Amino acid sequence: MSHAHVEVRPGAYADSVALLQVSRSVQQAPGVESAQVAMATPLNLDLLSQMGFALPECTANDLVVAVRVDSADRLAAALAAVDEALVATGRRTTQPTDVAPPRTTAAALRRVAGGTVLVSVPGPSALVEAMDALDAGHDVMVFSDNVPVEHELALKTVAAERDLLVMGPDCGTAVVDGVGLGFANVCSPGPVGIVAASGTGCQQLACLLEHAGVGVGTALGVGGRDLSTDIGGRSTLAALRRLDADPRVELVVVVSKPPADEVAEVVRDCADRLATPVELALLGQGRPDLTAAAEQALRALGRDLPGWPVWGRAGEAHGDLLRGLFVGGTLCDEAMLIATAALGPVRSNIPLSPDLALDTDLLADTHLMVDFGDDALTSGRAHPMIDPTLRLEHLDRVASDPRTGVVLMDVVLGHGAESDPASRLAPAIERARRSGPAVVVSCVGTELDPQGLDRQAQALADAGAEVHLSNAGATRRALEILGGAR
Amino acid sequence: MTSAPASVVAVGTDHLADAVEAQAVPVVRVDWRPPMPGTEGDLACVAADPLRKDANERALAAVLDVQAMLVDVAPAGELLGLAPGDFLHAGPPIAWADASGPLRGALMGAAALEGVVDDPEAAVVLFESGSGVSLDPCHHHRAVGPMAGVVSASMWMYVLEDPATGRRTFCSLNEGLGKVLRYGAYAPEVLERLRWMSAVLGPLLRDAVRATGPVDVTGILTQMLQMGDEAHNRNRAGTLMLLRDLAPAMVASGHEPAKVADALRFIGGNDHFFLNLAMPACKLMLDAARDIEGSTMVVAMSRNGTDFGIQLAGTGDQWFTGPAQVADGLYLGDYGPDDANPDIGDSAITETAGIGGFAMATAPAIVRFVGGSVPDALATTRRMHEITLGENPRWTIPVLDFQGTATGIDVTRVCRTGILPQINTGMAGKVAGVGQVGAGLVTPPAEVFPAALSELAHRTRARPR
Repeated sequence: MSHAHVEVRPGAYADSVALLQVSRSVQQAPGVESAQVAMATPLNLDLLSQMGFALPECTANDLVVAVRVDSADRLAAALAAVDEALVATGRRTTQPTDVAPPRTTAAALRRVAGGTVLVSVPGPSALVEAMDALDAGHDVMVFSDNVPVEHELALKTVAAERDLLVMGPDCGTAVVDGVGLGFANVCSPGPVGIVAASGTGCQQLACLLEHAGVGVGTALGVGGRDLSTDIGGRSTLAALRRLDADPRVELVVVVSKPPADEVAEVVRDCADRLATPVELALLGQGRPDLTAAAEQALRALGRDLPGWPVWGRAGEAHGDLLRGLFVGGTLCDEAMLIATAALGPVRSNIPLSPDLALDTDLLADTHLMVDFGDDALTSGRAHPMIDPTLRLEHLDRVASDPRTGVVLMDVVLGHGAESDPASRLAPAIERARRSGPAVVVSCVGTELDPQGLDRQAQALADAGAEVHLSNAGATRRALEILGGAR
Repeated sequence: MTSAPASVVAVGTDHLADAVEAQAVPVVRVDWRPPMPGTEGDLACVAADPLRKDANERALAAVLDVQAMLVDVAPAGELLGLAPGDFLHAGPPIAWADASGPLRGALMGAAALEGVVDDPEAAVVLFESGSGVSLDPCHHHRAVGPMAGVVSASMWMYVLEDPATGRRTFCSLNEGLGKVLRYGAYAPEVLERLRWMSAVLGPLLRDAVRATGPVDVTGILTQMLQMGDEAHNRNRAGTLMLLRDLAPAMVASGHEPAKVADALRFIGGNDHFFLNLAMPACKLMLDAARDIEGSTMVVAMSRNGTDFGIQLAGTGDQWFTGPAQVADGLYLGDYGPDDANPDIGDSAITETAGIGGFAMATAPAIVRFVGGSVPDALATTRRMHEITLGENPRWTIPVLDFQGTATGIDVTRVCRTGILPQINTGMAGKVAGVGQVGAGLVTPPAEVFPAALSELAHRTRARPR
C-alpha cells in the first residue's frame, strides 16, 4: 500500500535548480512513486498539495521533503536517497585547511581582480548582492525574478551615479563581447549591438540575425521594466552609451515593449546624439514583430534577406482553438498580438488586457496562451527553460482537450537553457499528436549553441511538430492550420 | 566598455555559473544562503541607503587611523571623577537585582576596598537598597574592564591617547590569574593585592610612563600579533615587550628597590598583564567610528554576565542586548559547565577591533586551551573576513601570508551570512567569590544583530531624502 511521508527541515537551503536535480534523482529510487524536495514557497506548497501531500507548518526558509513510496518499508531507502542527493549537490568536500568559498558577493570581489557579477538569488535578496557589485565598482547582471521595482530603481540610480551598468532584472539574457550571462545564444562576432528590455525578444532577434550571417557581438538585457515610467530607462541609456563607444558596433537595435511616452522621448534623444545608428524595435499592437525588426536591421546594414528556416510539416487541425504554451514572455506576447488580430481575444496569464486573465489553473475553454516564465510561476522554482516539468504537464492537459486545434510552443536554446530540451519535449509532442492537435514550435537557437539548432529542430520535427526559427512565422502557420479547421 | 569579462562572480544558482564556466570564463562562486529570518527587508533598506558606503569607508578609515599611546597612569577617582560609592562595570547597563554572581562578587569586593563597607558580605544589603551607591557601564565613561570590569575610585587606570585627536580611553590594571576581583573573588588576599596595586604598582607605573614618554601600544600590538599573541587570551609577548619598555625607568624611578623588584616580578609573572592595554587601545580605535550616521559598523561588543550587548556606529549610544551565552571550552580542575557563569566582560572589544578570537590563527599555542584545533583557528580567522568591512594593514598574520586582521564588523554581513563574531574568553564561576573556572570560545546571542539592523533601517527610513 502506498505510503506518504512529509518532513520539514528548517534552516536547510539549496537553490531551485539543485533541488530539481535532487527531486529527479529521488524519483528514480526503487519503490518511489513520487517525490518532491523543495523550498517551502507558496508555489511549491501548492504543488505539493496537488501531488496529494499533507502540508506541515513551515516557512519559506524551510526545506520540505515529500516522498510517496509503494510500501512503508521502502521509506528508509528513499530518505537515504534524498540525503545522498542533497549531499551530492554540495560542491566538494572541504579539508580543514582549505579556504572556504566566499559567502557574500562583497567577499568574493575581494578575491578576484576584475569581472562582472551574475546575481540569481531569490528576488528579495537580489539588491543586497547586486549592491556589493556596484560598491566594488563592477557591472552586474541581475537574473533573479521577483525583484521589487523600488529595489531595481535604487540599484539603477546608484549605477548611473558611478557609470556602471545594471543588467536585468527579469530579463535573463546578456552577451558581453561573446560571453553569455544567463540565458544567451552563441553568436558569431559581428556588427550589431542589442539593448533589450525583453530577454527572449533579444534572443529571437540575435538568432534570426545569426541565421542571416550577421553576428551580434554584444547584447545587453536591461530588464523588462527598464523603460517604465518608474525606472525611466536608466539602464537603456547606459547601455546605449556603452555600445556607442565600441567601434565594432555598426548598428544598435533596442528591443522593448512600447515605453511610456516621456521615457520614449528620453531614449530617442539619447539615440539621436549617438554616432552609431539606432533602430528602435518597439513591440506592440499594430507594430512590426521581431522577425520584421530583424529584417529591418538587415536592410539597414545592406544585407540580403534570407528565407527563415522551417523543419517538418504540421498535420491538420481538428479542434478549433489555439493553445500556446511558452517559456519566453516576449515570444508569448508576440504570438498573442499576431493571433488576436486573426482570432479575437486570447486568454493568458500575461493577458493583453486584464479582462483576459486566466485563473490560477491556467485553463479556459477559449484560445489561450500561457507564459510559464512569468514571475508568478517561477517563485521558488527554476525557470521553465531549465525545468520543463510544469509546461510538459500542461501540454498533456491541453492536447487531450478535443477542442485544441493547434498547440503553439517555443523552445529556447543557448547557454543556461536545458542541455537537450527535445529529449523530453519530443516524446510529449508524439503523445500530443496521437490525441489530435497539430503542433507548431518556434525554436530560438543557433547552430553554435551547445544544443545545436538543427539537431533540436529536427528531433522535434521527427516527433510530428512543424518547427520554425521565426516565432512570428510559427504563429502565422498555426493560424493558417487553424483556419483550415474553421 | 563592452569587452568580455575576465572573470565572473556568480551568486545564486550553480546552473548559471556552470553555463559561464562552460564558455571558458573563470567563475568565482558565492556560497549564498538565505539571511537570518526576518532581515530581508531591513537588509535591502540599509544596502540602498545612500549614506552607507561613504559612512562605512569613513568609519573604517577612522578606526585604522588611530594610534594608541600610553600616556599616563592615575587613580580612577581622579581620571573619571568617581566617588567612593560609584562603581563601573563591564557590559551594557544592569541593576544589582539582575547582576550575576561574578559581577556581584566584584562589586562587593570593590565596596570593601573603598571602605564603603567593612566586610564584602555587608555590601549585599547596601547594593540591594541602592542608597549611596551607583552602577554604570565602563563603556559610558570611555573605559573598558575585563570580566566583571568593576572599577572604583581608588583603582589606578591606564590613560591611552590618540595624539592626532587627543581622544582618550581608560582601563584598570590587570590583577593576574586565580582568585581575582574581575572573576568575582573578594577574599582578603584579593583585596590585599588590590591595595598593593594602588599603593605601589600604580605610582611606579605612572612614574615610569612619565619618564619613558608615551608608549606605543598600537606598535606593541602589531609586533605581538606576529609573536603568537592574539591579545585576548594570550598576551605573553605583549607583556614582556611592555616590561622591556618600562623596566629601565622603573628601576631608575627612585622607588625602593625591593618594591621595584616586586612590581617587575608581578608584571613578568602575569601573562595577561598587557590585556588591560590591548583593550583600551581597541576601544580608542572603535570610539573613532562612533556616531557616523548610516554606518553599519559594530563599535562595541560587551557582556555584563547576564546580557550581551552591541552598539553600532550608526545608532548612537543605543545598546542591543540578548542573553549572554556560556562559553564552550575547557575547565580548570574539577569545574564543569554547571559551574560557569554566562559570558562576561568588556574584553570582546578586542574581537570588535579584529584581534582576539578574530586573530586566532596567529596564536596556535593556545588553541587547545580554548578547546579548538589549529585548522579551526585558521578557518575561524578566515571566516571573520566574511563579516568585516576591511582589513588592518598594520596588524598582519604571518601564517596567513601576512593578511591583515579582519576589521570593522558589519551588522549587515552578520545578518546576511549568519556568521557570528568569534570570541575567546575566560569563564568565571557563577557563584560570587569563586573566581576563574575555565576558558573557551563563545559567540554573541544571534538576535542582537537583527535587532541592531532593524533600528538602523528604522533610522534610514525616517531620514528625509
